[in-house]
Amino acid sequence: MSTPAIELKNITKTFGSITANKNICLTVNSGEILSLLGENGSGKTTLMNMLSGIYYPDAGQIFIDGKEAVIKSPKDAFDYKIGMIHQHFKLVDIFTAAENIVLGLKEDGKYNIKDVEKKVSEISARYGFDINPSKKIYEMSVSEKQTVEIIKVLYKGADILILDEPTAVLTPQETQKLFAVLRKMKEDGKAIVIITHKLHEVLDISDRVSVLRKGEYIGTLNTAETNEAELTEMMVGKKVSLDINRTEPENCEDRLTVQGLTCLNSDGVKVLDDISFTARSGEILGIAGIAGSGQKELLEAIAGLQKYDSGSIVYNDPKTGSAVNLKSKTPYQIKELGVRLSFVPEDRLGMGLVGNMDITDNMMLRSYRKGRGVFLKRSAPRELAKNIVKDLEVVTPGISTPVRRLSGGNVQKVLVGREISLSPTVLMTAYAVRGLDINSSYLIYNLLNSQKQKGVAVIFVGEDLDVLLELCDRILVLSSGTVSGIVDAKAATKEELGRLMTKNSKGGADNEQ
Amino acid sequence: MLFTIAQFIKAAIIQGIPLLFGATGEIITEKSGNLNLGIPGIMYVGGISGIIGGYLYEHGNDNPVPILCILISLACSLMGSALMSLIYAFLTQTLKANQNVTGLALTTFGIGLGNFFGGSLLKFFGETGSISLLSTGLAYKKALPFADKLGLFGDTFLSFGFLAYLAIIIAIVSSLFLSRTRAGLNLRAIGENPATADAAGINITKYKYLSTIAGGMIAGLGGLYFVMDYTAGAWTNNGFGDRGWLAIAIVIFALWKPKSAIWSSFIFGGLYIICVYIPGLSSSAKEIIKMLPYLVTILVLIFISAKKKKEHQPPASLGLSYFREDR
Ligand SMILES: Nc1ncnc2c1ncn2[C@@H]1O[C@H](COP(=O)(O)OP(=O)(O)OP(=O)(O)O)[C@@H](O)[C@H]1O
Ligand SMILES: [Mg+2]
Repeated sequence: MSTPAIELKNITKTFGSITANKNICLTVNSGEILSLLGENGSGKTTLMNMLSGIYYPDAGQIFIDGKEAVIKSPKDAFDYKIGMIHQHFKLVDIFTAAENIVLGLKEDGKYNIKDVEKKVSEISARYGFDINPSKKIYEMSVSEKQTVEIIKVLYKGADILILDEPTAVLTPQETQKLFAVLRKMKEDGKAIVIITHKLHEVLDISDRVSVLRKGEYIGTLNTAETNEAELTEMMVGKKVSLDINRTEPENCEDRLTVQGLTCLNSDGVKVLDDISFTARSGEILGIAGIAGSGQKELLEAIAGLQKYDSGSIVYNDPKTGSAVNLKSKTPYQIKELGVRLSFVPEDRLGMGLVGNMDITDNMMLRSYRKGRGVFLKRSAPRELAKNIVKDLEVVTPGISTPVRRLSGGNVQKVLVGREISLSPTVLMTAYAVRGLDINSSYLIYNLLNSQKQKGVAVIFVGEDLDVLLELCDRILVLSSGTVSGIVDAKAATKEELGRLMTKNSKGGADNEQ
Repeated sequence: MLFTIAQFIKAAIIQGIPLLFGATGEIITEKSGNLNLGIPGIMYVGGISGIIGGYLYEHGNDNPVPILCILISLACSLMGSALMSLIYAFLTQTLKANQNVTGLALTTFGIGLGNFFGGSLLKFFGETGSISLLSTGLAYKKALPFADKLGLFGDTFLSFGFLAYLAIIIAIVSSLFLSRTRAGLNLRAIGENPATADAAGINITKYKYLSTIAGGMIAGLGGLYFVMDYTAGAWTNNGFGDRGWLAIAIVIFALWKPKSAIWSSFIFGGLYIICVYIPGLSSSAKEIIKMLPYLVTILVLIFISAKKKKEHQPPASLGLSYFREDR
């Protein structure tokens, strides 16, 4: 056997009292795609960051092409031809794609951005990317940003490529495009490590899978010889049943009635076009659609965050029995009525959480108006924080840890847990399981189910069609801002949803964002 | 009338030069994400170090050579301001001290240092009176040789000492450096997003130190220009006034662009002295007019915050310290 491209021996890394990685051994070969799997907070990002020079191991050795390597900084990592695409993009917003790509390079010759742009176009052509090198990052969609990240690594001529959850925010179509590129790079003989929580992607793209659990190395399997159930068991450490226990909707009442909702964006294009539906208590209404078909605008219109041009949204208040027109209400009043929105944005820390504050304080952000008197009462939010940490199995040293220190998935559990905890009457969640490991995803599904049983009207915007079909009672399909159908989830099929999703759109995934 | 306007323009330029040095220096510093509020103090130190150097040379020589007068005081000035900015870089970068606190402390310290030496330098050498470096001042003030042959134009635009032209050249070179060179690109990336710059393999510590020190040295020249050219080698305590703060205001007004800092400085310089050219002003009206530059800065701030154009914002990580393993 040839020498592996990367070999990690007994790597250990601690942060204060937390051991993020403990005696981890791992090998990656050239011309292979290795998938790194593990629950949220199991230490995947930490381990990879030691290869890219962001962290330095406390103990252990790294071998690159059979020779021991000391990687003290990202610069050292480049010298070993290691390139990493981080979970949170590392791009300068106000720079162009080309400027971001040459950043930090010590090329010979005069610095001329035009030459760089030409070279970027060459790389794009070779791998089939579609990118404008002189476009500013802040004008780009997530998948464009990711393309820039990948070109950045290719431009530097990396032989080892690490991708940390590259697909978390991509649509299935974009993911397939990315995978095609990765396969091409594999053929070029590069060694690739990919982190993803989506098991079907693991099975699709990788040659081997290595599993981490709570900072420890569990084992490596050949992808061809394993299945989702076995991988999940390795990850969690025990047999878990991945079933969603869907109960029959009970005591359904119309809770929210949307009629003829139409909404134009700043360019005068209809992002929502004559949307009508009813959300009922005790029921989960799924919303399916290609990314950017109007999901965000719809939820925000209900929450009072988005102005709409015509149509009405009426809320039937279970406390008073009266119908309230939400158009005249402020977002705060809508929230007070019990209509809650938890939207998990692409940038998890960007919306709704303050990275420097601990979990308790982040709970208080949503409830501080409640208490009387000058001083804040911290006991209630502290209880809440404790409950969320317990119920959602948040991996954290304690509830007073600043949120930014948590791993990506755990940050998200805090965000979702907080919205659910506020005993809403209408609960809207979008992409609630983005970046969550499979076990945590099911925790969230079951939480939503128990909300439904309590009589909450749940609106669930999801990406995974299988989950939508299993979890929801009815599914509304959005296509280019219109309702292309509302189906019974028990009777519908994936194919049917897929057809409805692309019914009105001209170019599939191309006309999004 | 034409003559008065020409006089005013000339005065505005003279007033603008120290501001331009200060603003360019601060822009270079801020581009690395360091909000150096010690600039006003550093400009004082740049002035007094030049004075000390000049005095030591002139004092021991009966026939001071002009070129040596310049070289010695220039070197001392640069050293003084470099040292001050080194303190800032060390405290904020290596010891991760809060940037605002460090900067403000440095300004208080710098002004105090200037006034202390300004008041006691002569006493150390057993002299009395106030500091006045005649030969050095003259050397600095020497105008371009052909200035007086060009009439009003020559007098308005070409009659300054060499530091005035240097200020403009430095601003232009800084602008080219930031937009056209690899190092400039790297520096801007650090100020915008140090984690990204770090992941791109850029030595953040090196860049932050170098840009802070270079920026401080440039700003210090503003103090030197003031004491050597504007006041012709004489020191008066607190004579430099609030010009350092004005320079920081210009950074905002010029939207962190050294080229725009050039005309911004001249506008601010004009506003600073316009009250002298408006006849019949009461002293309270004068004070209000002196407030104008700050008022304009606040308006610009409101304007750029409202417009939200990404390119017009301050460097995104300005004032924050960066530590790689923290997240
Ligand atoms: N810079 C840091 N300071 C303190 N703790 C940290 C730091 N980085 C990571 N941790 C902790 O180390 C553990 C592992 O985190 P890591 O980000 O590697 O998890 P992960 O496997 O990538 O999870 P996810 O799938 O949620 O992204 C977590 O408990 C996290 O809180
Ligand atoms: Mg991670």
